[in-house]
Amino acid sequence: MTDLLRIDNLGKRFGGFVALESISLSVPAGERLGLIGPNGSGKSTLVNCICGTLRNEQGSVHFDGRSIDGFAAHERTRMGLSRSFQLPRPFVSLSLLDNIRIPLLYAVAARGTHRSAHDIEAQCVDLLREVGLDAKARRLPRDLTQVEMRKLELARAMAAEPKLLIADESMAGLTHSEVEDILALLVRLNEKGVTIVLIEHIMRAVMSFSRRLVVLVSGRKIADGQPDEVMRNPEVERAYLG
Amino acid sequence: MIFSFDLLINAVASGILIGGFYAAVTCGVSISFGILDIVNIAHPAFIILGSYVAYIVNTTFGVDPIVTAIVATPLFYVLGAGIYQVYYVSFEKRGQESLRGLAFFFGLLFITEVSLVLYFGVDYRYVDAAYIGPSVHFGGLDMPLRILVPCLVSLLLIAILQLILKRTFIGRAIMAVAQDHFALRLMAVDPVRIKRIAFGISIATASLAGAFLIIIQPVEPSVGREYIGRIFAICVLGGMGSLPGTVIAAMLLGIVESLTSTFYGPSWAPAVSFGLLLLTLAVRPSGLMGR
Amino acid sequence: MRTPLFLLICFVIAAAVFAGAIAFGNDYVFFAGYVVLQYVVLSTAWNILGGYCGYVNFGSAAFFALGAYSTVAIYKFYPLPIPLLLVVGGAVSGLVGFGMGYLTLRLRGAFFAIATLALAVVMETLVVNWDYVGGSRGAYIVRPEEIYPIGNYIRYLFLIMLLLAVAAITIARLIERSRLGYGFATIRDDELAAEASGVPTLRLKLVATTISGALMGMAGAPFPYYIGYLQPSSTFGLEYAVNSIAMPLIGGTTSWVGPLIGAVLLGSLQQIATVTISSAVNLLIVGCLLVGFVIVAPNGIVGLVHKYLQRKPDDFVGRRHVETESPETVP
Repeated sequence: MTDLLRIDNLGKRFGGFVALESISLSVPAGERLGLIGPNGSGKSTLVNCICGTLRNEQGSVHFDGRSIDGFAAHERTRMGLSRSFQLPRPFVSLSLLDNIRIPLLYAVAARGTHRSAHDIEAQCVDLLREVGLDAKARRLPRDLTQVEMRKLELARAMAAEPKLLIADESMAGLTHSEVEDILALLVRLNEKGVTIVLIEHIMRAVMSFSRRLVVLVSGRKIADGQPDEVMRNPEVERAYLG
Repeated sequence: MIFSFDLLINAVASGILIGGFYAAVTCGVSISFGILDIVNIAHPAFIILGSYVAYIVNTTFGVDPIVTAIVATPLFYVLGAGIYQVYYVSFEKRGQESLRGLAFFFGLLFITEVSLVLYFGVDYRYVDAAYIGPSVHFGGLDMPLRILVPCLVSLLLIAILQLILKRTFIGRAIMAVAQDHFALRLMAVDPVRIKRIAFGISIATASLAGAFLIIIQPVEPSVGREYIGRIFAICVLGGMGSLPGTVIAAMLLGIVESLTSTFYGPSWAPAVSFGLLLLTLAVRPSGLMGR
Repeated sequence: MRTPLFLLICFVIAAAVFAGAIAFGNDYVFFAGYVVLQYVVLSTAWNILGGYCGYVNFGSAAFFALGAYSTVAIYKFYPLPIPLLLVVGGAVSGLVGFGMGYLTLRLRGAFFAIATLALAVVMETLVVNWDYVGGSRGAYIVRPEEIYPIGNYIRYLFLIMLLLAVAAITIARLIERSRLGYGFATIRDDELAAEASGVPTLRLKLVATTISGALMGMAGAPFPYYIGYLQPSSTFGLEYAVNSIAMPLIGGTTSWVGPLIGAVLLGSLQQIATVTISSAVNLLIVGCLLVGFVIVAPNGIVGLVHKYLQRKPDDFVGRRHVETESPETVP
């Protein structure tokens, strides 16, 4: 089975600073991949390079069997690669409903599926309901708490109907039961066929969700495998404890 | 087009001298735009204001324009700090700086120019000083003192600014504030205060640049507009916040303008700086000494 | 309200305005009204790029002047009827808008704004050095006395501009309510997030600059006939740049209503002021109003009305974008 996402030798530098060094990674379709690492290890940079927000100088990215090097971010989203931002970036002048509507209008519509305005609206409400924000559908993002904004961020990434969803720290600040809700949501998505890359600091969530774990430290991949094995890896222990 | 080696040498030389002056004109924007990311397109208006201040004091009291400018520097600093405070409260804090902040400065540019027109009229104004008139001759080179003196003082100004930015605490805080607000806060330094100081310095330089301007050429309110292109072209070409880059870019522009003017005629001069700006933006937005 | 109904209402109002102007008895109202309507078009055009997308264009004068000079260039060859000139002026300015966008829209908003300023000066310098259209000496256009069936030529020009104004606000309103309008709003709010959501930001920005430029060019096309003697310094004058920015910002940038209100109010004010006070004081007032509104009432007159009525956004028909204060923690 071909991998949905394949990264070969990806490298990214900012001036003299090497943010990512020779990262290679394969993600088969349907995978539940956890990506962890200390702060500043390059997780978000990696996501940015995969999604086209940043341009990597070295290496290549293949998605769904095609090379996507040089593709603009919006093209990658249209192809089915979606991400949420670690620090939420809502469209501040649009209502929550309209925020969700954007990926449907642009990413999904570009795939040729025609949907009526009524159906789109219904789908937006459903998505908001899944993250528990349907009561505030017509409000503006400024009326949301930080936690609610993270949920909006996730919902908006889901609205692009992706084949692969990268959830970047969507659970920060959530209560125990809220974390469970989001995890359940991601599991449901995965069961429908969406490949998920979960970037999280909440170890409990990562361990219970991931079937595979990748560890990034100082821009390099130091472990890639079964979650239990990875956590027993001495290098990983060192990275987290000392 | 009559080509002569003498003409060429003189064109290049005067380009370099004018370039020195252009560097002083631009260094304020190198700070406000290059380092602080504030698009102050009203900077030329403050320069013209500086020119008129020098003019008034020169015609009323006969004081040398550069001396006037130095004395006026603290006043311009206060003006700059005040404007930044308004800018911060109204736009930066609210995240509106891209549209409304720009419009704000544009409005200031406009108000300043029109007010000057209303008060002084559109006649050209001159100043009088000992070094306006005579030239220095050096081989085949002809260097008017009225350009040479401002050029030298400009370079001195830039050198002082560079020292401030690299050696003093405030200077380094200014360089840092552009890159990392949070780290500054951790050091118990208020980023807003630092930016206010930096912007104040930026406008203070306009006082001196204004004096240089009116020494070099007669001034009337709309002269500022020609300089918008020059200033931003030099700032971008010079790599945004880099002062040495600013000097090099300024001299480059001065030379190109001088050559164009000498061999193709002065009516093409405005297009040179603006055209260069467009080219730089299109091809290499990070300038020569790229950031 | 569906667009055909909106257009109908606009035509009715336009007809009423035209009839009212004739009834006024003095042709001066046509001369003054033409300028106000011209600003309605310019402000609306500016707002498509500035208010909707958040990209500030300082070079409105250049697009306006390109339309005017296209007319002059053609006139010297063969005087075409004005509607055709509108198309040509629009096409030329639209093309330049597209070209400029292509060169500069990959840059951040601030650089784009500066580039527009640079473009305006380069255009002006090119025109000043182009003798075919008169260069710095200027160009004369002979305005016909009459045109059938309207009669007085100035009334014809007024009518043209009136129809163009209706077209401009209809286009703006159409954009606002379409998918394009949503896309523009995301570009204004957060371009990076827009790209990640599948919005082809560069393509949309190019659409905005092209439409905006084209409308400005169309506003400029009849101008030589209006003014009779075209000079680069006044055609490229700064008052076009200031007004096309001030009017939407004062009126309100988030919908088509704002530029209309701003242009009508500020334009009329200026027409009155130019007659009663000097034109320099007039410009000073515009500048002060611009700075004042931008600081105190960032959502313009439309925003103030909203606040006064204190209605919630979804009480209005259609979508309303409301500028908000971004909390500091949201990047």
